Amino acid sequence: MKFLNQMTLKFDSLSVNEAFARSAVSAFCVQLNPTLDEITDIKTAISEAVTNCVVHAYPNEVGTVEIFVGLTKDCVFVSVKDNGVGIVDLNQAREPFFTTKPDEERAGMGFTVMESFMDSVELLHNKNGGVEVKMTKKIKENKLMAKKEQNV
Amino acid sequence: MQVNSKVINQTLYLSILGELDEHSAQYIRGELDQKLLNNFYRQVVLDLSGLKFMDSTGIGVLIGRYKKAREKNAPMFISNPTSHIDKILKMTAVYDIMPKIN
Repeated sequence: MKFLNQMTLKFDSLSVNEAFARSAVSAFCVQLNPTLDEITDIKTAISEAVTNCVVHAYPNEVGTVEIFVGLTKDCVFVSVKDNGVGIVDLNQAREPFFTTKPDEERAGMGFTVMESFMDSVELLHNKNGGVEVKMTKKIKENKLMAKKEQNV
Repeated sequence: MQVNSKVINQTLYLSILGELDEHSAQYIRGELDQKLLNNFYRQVVLDLSGLKFMDSTGIGVLIGRYKKAREKNAPMFISNPTSHIDKILKMTAVYDIMPKIN
């Protein structure tokens, strides 16, 4: 896909980096003039995907998380990739309330939240082991901005 | 992040300030548990007006505290979530066990 603008982030799978990742991605998306709701949806989805890397992909070690963000004029494409332990059954992992760590008060709602807040969510086995989550979010045209530009 | 508490007419009010994600979950869980353990109350109201961000890790934290309050026979309610957190709470059916009040 051809993007108007793109960026890649690589960081350690430390929980302290979750806030950094969601803030950095949302700051990058601001150039599309998203609404506050759209930005918060993206932020939350990123937080879910990165949490999965921190908690599940690298349970006993610190690994690398790679986020790619590509922008078209009205769509955000995001990929969150790890080289961790991987997921055996990708479909089961997406089921609401499914968790491999019920004793840790995990809700098992991460993928459900991603699916609800984004327009598409794809879960793939990564070539080098681990998984990749690909998500898209359409950014509706900012009516107010468009109108203002017309008037100018 | 910070957790404040006050007891008024046997209602324990807990307010969570800041962001609730994997990174802050352990701290917030500990703070909430301490306040649930050390106060006398008949019901609990979680004031989320100061909670700026929450993901599904937060759902696990809230449900875990609901269970602790239930051990003391105290129902738990949620008040003033931001629209984004309201959306997550609705989606995950948390209001079925912790109703939203004004």
